[in-house]
Amino acid sequence: MPKPHLALLVALAVAGLVAASSSAIDPYYLDVLTLIGINVILAVSLNLVNGYTGQFSLGHAGFMSVGAYLSAAVSLFLGPQVLGEHPAAFAEGAFFLGALLVGGLAAALAGLVVGIPSLRLRGDYLAIVTLAFGEIIRVVFQNIDALGGALGLNGIPPYTTIFWVLAFAALTIFTVHCLVHSTYGRGFLAVHDDEVAAAAVGLNPTRYKIVAFVVSAFFAGIAGGLYGHFRLTITPGGFDFTKSIEIVVMVILGGMGNMPGVVLAAVVLTLLPEVLRPIAEYRMIIYSLLLIVLMILRPQGLFRLKAGRKSPGP
Amino acid sequence: MAEFLQQTVNGLSLGAIYALIALGYTMVYGVLRFINFAHADVFMAGAFLGYFLARLVPAESFGGGLAVMAGTMVGCALLGILIERLAYRPLRRGPTLNVLITAIGVSLFLEYAGQLGFGAEPRTFPALFPQRDFNLGGLSISSNQLLVIGVAVALLVALQAIVHRTRIGTAMRALSLNPVAAQLMGINTDVVISFTFGLGSALAGAGGILYAMNYPSIDPLMGVMPGLKAFVAAVLGGIGNIRGAALGGLILGLAETFVAGSPWSTYKDAIVFGILIVILLFRPAGLLGKPAVEKV
Repeated sequence: MPKPHLALLVALAVAGLVAASSSAIDPYYLDVLTLIGINVILAVSLNLVNGYTGQFSLGHAGFMSVGAYLSAAVSLFLGPQVLGEHPAAFAEGAFFLGALLVGGLAAALAGLVVGIPSLRLRGDYLAIVTLAFGEIIRVVFQNIDALGGALGLNGIPPYTTIFWVLAFAALTIFTVHCLVHSTYGRGFLAVHDDEVAAAAVGLNPTRYKIVAFVVSAFFAGIAGGLYGHFRLTITPGGFDFTKSIEIVVMVILGGMGNMPGVVLAAVVLTLLPEVLRPIAEYRMIIYSLLLIVLMILRPQGLFRLKAGRKSPGP
Repeated sequence: MAEFLQQTVNGLSLGAIYALIALGYTMVYGVLRFINFAHADVFMAGAFLGYFLARLVPAESFGGGLAVMAGTMVGCALLGILIERLAYRPLRRGPTLNVLITAIGVSLFLEYAGQLGFGAEPRTFPALFPQRDFNLGGLSISSNQLLVIGVAVALLVALQAIVHRTRIGTAMRALSLNPVAAQLMGINTDVVISFTFGLGSALAGAGGILYAMNYPSIDPLMGVMPGLKAFVAAVLGGIGNIRGAALGGLILGLAETFVAGSPWSTYKDAIVFGILIVILLFRPAGLLGKPAVEKV
């Protein structure tokens, strides 16, 4: 069996073990672990676009909100009819998986709709357009009364368990890893290194960018669904520009296109505000200074241990 | 009809402010080829600088107002030059993506440092200039609106003169045509780039004061939305093109005001971004820009 598949199986087994012993773990640690898992999914999926493919998306929170809203709507509005009064644990799990997939697919569709027009653009323009789409998605949710308008959705059933979070985190890492290391996926790196050269050898850069965008949006949607069923309440304001920036900082801190670094950065940046409560107020200042200092002194990211591939020149 | 004219006047005064901010984006893009995200926060800094300077001069006096405006423009120019010196110059030869990320970092830093320093609660901006309302047959125009349009036009004319009639303006245009050749012709690019940042930031500072005069509630995040919209205005007119930025600002100000007065008013922010997307898809070079050809 190939190594990544084995690693996935081991990770799923570990997730099952943790879930089985979750009653023995302090609920606070369990909550932190859940947040870490969700942030890992977000950071790793964004890394596919911002790292491996070399584009710059600032709208990841927008896709997350699509997933969060759609999956929450499924479990709020369809759940009672499908599951009845006292559902079995298995039926509930299967239903939640379905809700998550609906959220993920809706986010992927949003990624496709956003990606097809905007991915013909590059660099600065793409960043602005993804930012703009993130804002549009937020404004649209604010104006849909069926989804709670500006107040958001409340009373989402608490379906998110540590098993689902860890399993999907493992699945995200596995999918992105295998995609990038496949024959097809080498194209992502080619587009990252030099779009013109990639087109010259017969790759279609726009197509690669869209695929990266859609896959990334799908997992962002899953993360959104997990987040919604974990927090039990979601508002459009919770998925704003700041949230997108937080994910971008994780990717940059870990080193764009460097999977272990990005996972580590997601873990560290989730733990940091928990451990250092007094500095929580300064969080955004620290993030912004990190961005500036890292770009000037260490653009390859903090956690890239080996001398990695050089970033493309101007 | 009266309402249409009223909305047009409101739209023009809003558009004039967008145009002032858009000029900063366009000029920096012209010489450095990157989007200075922090520009919107220089605009915010301008409003706050005006707020504090206004305490030093008599309220509602013409001379005092102009002194505050001049002081703010100088202060913002210095801030812009400082930002370029500290954050952007070390990356001058780096990949564009790194500069973009740094710009976002600078922008966030200014916003949240502002929240820490000034508090997140909105403050009321004082009345700088004597105010009067003029009534023209159902049409109500405030002196502030006239002032905004007047100051914006004056600054635009001055800018046009600087860029086209002075030595440093010629150097700016040379740099935007071809940086390497400009350097070979003996142009000190560092000085010209600093000057460009200073000029753009001074305009943003003036825009900040004018905006705060018409919407007298200022907070550290006030720059985000006007900044984004001014950026859209710059792209709409053709980024790197000074007249285009002015035109784009006016169009956007009018569009926003008319949508805000229609039944779809809650969508007014979304529509601005919709314009951006449509422009980028069908005419990426903007209304007045020339399409760029990429050389391999």
